[in-house]
Amino acid sequence: MTPGAVCPTGIRFDDIEKRYGGLYALRRVSLEIAAGECVVLAGRNGSGKTTLLRIAAQLVRPSAGKVSFPGARGAGTNGADGGVRGATAYVAHATMVYDELTAEENLILFARLLGVAAPRERVDALLTEVGLAERRDSLVRTFSRGMRQRMAIARALLREPLVLLLDEPATGLDVQGTAWLAAVLRRMRDSGCTMVMSLHGETEISSLATRAIRLDAGSVVADTRRGASFRSILTFVDA
Amino acid sequence: MGVLSNTAALLGKELRTEFRSRELLTTTIVFILIVLVLFSFTFDPTVGESRRFGPGLLWLAFLFAASLMLQPCFLRELNNDTLSALRLSVSDPFAIFLAKLGANTLFLLLTELLLLPIFAILYNIPVAAVFAKLVMVFFLGSLGVSTAGTALSAISAQARMRELMLPLLLLPLLTPVLVASTEVTIGLLDRQPFVQWKGVGFLAVFDVVFLTALWIFGEYLLEE
Repeated sequence: MTPGAVCPTGIRFDDIEKRYGGLYALRRVSLEIAAGECVVLAGRNGSGKTTLLRIAAQLVRPSAGKVSFPGARGAGTNGADGGVRGATAYVAHATMVYDELTAEENLILFARLLGVAAPRERVDALLTEVGLAERRDSLVRTFSRGMRQRMAIARALLREPLVLLLDEPATGLDVQGTAWLAAVLRRMRDSGCTMVMSLHGETEISSLATRAIRLDAGSVVADTRRGASFRSILTFVDA
Repeated sequence: MGVLSNTAALLGKELRTEFRSRELLTTTIVFILIVLVLFSFTFDPTVGESRRFGPGLLWLAFLFAASLMLQPCFLRELNNDTLSALRLSVSDPFAIFLAKLGANTLFLLLTELLLLPIFAILYNIPVAAVFAKLVMVFFLGSLGVSTAGTALSAISAQARMRELMLPLLLLPLLTPVLVASTEVTIGLLDRQPFVQWKGVGFLAVFDVVFLTALWIFGEYLLEE
């Protein structure tokens, strides 16, 4: 866990709406995600998964409603709490690393910004874990999509986060990469990290989930714990 | 991590990427050089005319070059969504602005100092005697240009027609800086050089006001 950070935390969305002009990305979404839960968001393209994740990461301010982090010490809402933001990690569609810096320079930069103790040691360990130790001095722009995705995941893991938000985290990863990511996420889940991830279809990673939520046109249309309808939510087949 | 340590880390990143690619510096230097040479050949000014019009021309060239330099400032943070990564990582978003405007001021000042001797030769104006004072004016002017420009770069990066938006917003806003910097530079390049303290004071106040505004409202400029 993050030294000196907040307690294990869940995420609570109260009547969240997000409009871009006249277009609704999310409509009155209310969800309570308990601390330590591993949730899969499913839904077709444009259903609002990414917007919901970015609101949870406090990168996007909702048009209405509020997001809060129950359990977090001194937690506020809608970006008011820097402690929660610092303990939240987000893996987006984009890699969120600099093409013009090397793998090591990227991770050292973000480690310093996050205030990671002994950043060099942490970066060394992470580069080894994501299998990029030999390419540590290569510019990220020379990496394949899968290697960039490994960098994105390494950046998110610099500080052991309390809340991990992942937007299609297996993008670009090969079979071994996906298996590695599943192992990492299993370890995070077992250590009590709250995880919300958007995925398409059933994968090794979706098998980690304890709950599945389907979004359609910005609204929650299905929400289930592991059970009969779980698979149908992930595969878009109506149960 | 405090604002200053975050700023230092980000400033290091800005300098490293620029000195590795030299994209902004090269473009800006070439642009200003072309303007100075073209004006020199087109008008072939006398020494008296150079003293009267040279400073204005110099600052206009700096201003147009700055609008080129500031364009990619936040635009390139959108490529891989690194701006979101920064917002999630820094303790205070002001650190992002401080690092960027620090780097922009440094690049602009470096460009100005490199081109000052060329300006002096082309326009036959001695600058050695007032060099230190010119550096002070260049610094205050460049800081004003960078502070306002960095804020507007953050706004324009998320707008449609972003390439047009920055110069359209920046040039009118910086007219007072252009006028004050030019007047102070004219005084310094006079036959009997003098410091126009009123202009220097105006530039300092402009810098402080815009830095304060950026500190207070900067976070809102970064929101999606």
